[in-house]
Amino acid sequence: MGRTFRIPLPALAVSSLVLVTTALAFVFFVAPDDANQGFSQRIFYFHVSIAITAYACFAGGAWNAFRHLWKRDPRADLASYVCVHQGLIFGTLVLLTGSIWAKISWGHWWLWSEDQLVLFLVLFLFYCAYFMLRFSLDPGPQRANLSAVYALFGVVLIPVSFAAIRLAKGLIHPVLFTRHGPNFGGWILVTYCVAQTAMLVLAYTLYRLELGGKRLDLRLRDLREVLA
Amino acid sequence: MSYVRDVGALARKDLLLELRARDTLPAMLLFVAAVFVVFHFALPGTPSRLETSGLLWVAILFTALLGLGRAFVPEREQGTLDGLVLAPCDRSAIWLAKSLATLAFLVAAEVVALPLYALFFHRVGGATVAAVALADIGICAVGTFLGAMAVATRARDLLLPLLFLPLAVPIVVGAVGASVVVSPGRYLGFLALYDLLFAVVCWASFEYVVAE
Repeated sequence: MGRTFRIPLPALAVSSLVLVTTALAFVFFVAPDDANQGFSQRIFYFHVSIAITAYACFAGGAWNAFRHLWKRDPRADLASYVCVHQGLIFGTLVLLTGSIWAKISWGHWWLWSEDQLVLFLVLFLFYCAYFMLRFSLDPGPQRANLSAVYALFGVVLIPVSFAAIRLAKGLIHPVLFTRHGPNFGGWILVTYCVAQTAMLVLAYTLYRLELGGKRLDLRLRDLREVLA
Repeated sequence: MSYVRDVGALARKDLLLELRARDTLPAMLLFVAAVFVVFHFALPGTPSRLETSGLLWVAILFTALLGLGRAFVPEREQGTLDGLVLAPCDRSAIWLAKSLATLAFLVAAEVVALPLYALFFHRVGGATVAAVALADIGICAVGTFLGAMAVATRARDLLLPLLFLPLAVPIVVGAVGASVVVSPGRYLGFLALYDLLFAVVCWASFEYVVAE
């Protein structure tokens, strides 16, 4: 298997720092105030981009799980776990920012009628259970298999829960992307894109960092076993 | 054809085992009756149909969990799972047979539970019965699959509810919706879709759960 090119970690770290700073500057100084919600609406740039990043992490986890089951790629299991871990971290942030935004604009910390937030809570519980499962198994092929299968269940659960929650909804969540493209333009779009890129790059940097650390850990353990 | 025979033989084994030992079904029946009594005292006054149909689904889900938790216990205690995996049949047949056996227990428990619910609380409509039938398939398909996963872990049956409940949320949405609205077609269709989707996923990936 040929070695694929990977961006070095320091470069990634620097670019995520630059991007997050730029995103902050754009959010606070460039983006215009919202006509209805005023200043507080700016949390949207983080909330939405973090949510999409979390979904991307879960998708990455499922993709690596699939690679583990299909190709028996020995590195895929750890990559899948790290993806899900990052997804859970970003998922926690989504629930927090969503809760804050809900309190400011609708006056409640939690709204069951808000379907995206409920979907996220279900997914959050699902992926917490993933960790319970993983930590209840000894390292080895069985742990890799079971974790991979459960991570794949997640990608089936996302659309199914989404449909379920839509069935039982009273919709007040603002819908940003309609069939006619994004529901906004100008500086709002630019700021959103910068924030989204910043979050994705940040997530990727964290993913690479954690994966590198975990792999080093495994190698160290192997070496210790050889020496012992 | 031999696949059907394998599934039949495996399901027969489970039913026979239950018939002789009587472990699971009496426990499920007692549990669901006790849950109804607890609900009666947990809801002061006369609860509306809307409230009690929600409780019916909680009772069904937890009764199913009780049965599902037991599904792989005999295999674990006797070490028969290794034998089953080594048997010259498709591994998904193990999942299908176990799901069918659990489905039989759950349906038997509900044959008692639904009249009991009607006696204690409110009348049970045709839509609720249809929703129960469809939800049972999904519960048993996914639950049996996750039961096989949970039994491989150190935490054993403790893990099953944690793994299962997030995946059961769509079932509850569809089932409760079908029991309370006037035209339940949409919800029943959703339940059928859930059953189909997850049955295919479980059937295709069970191999990886039992293989070392």
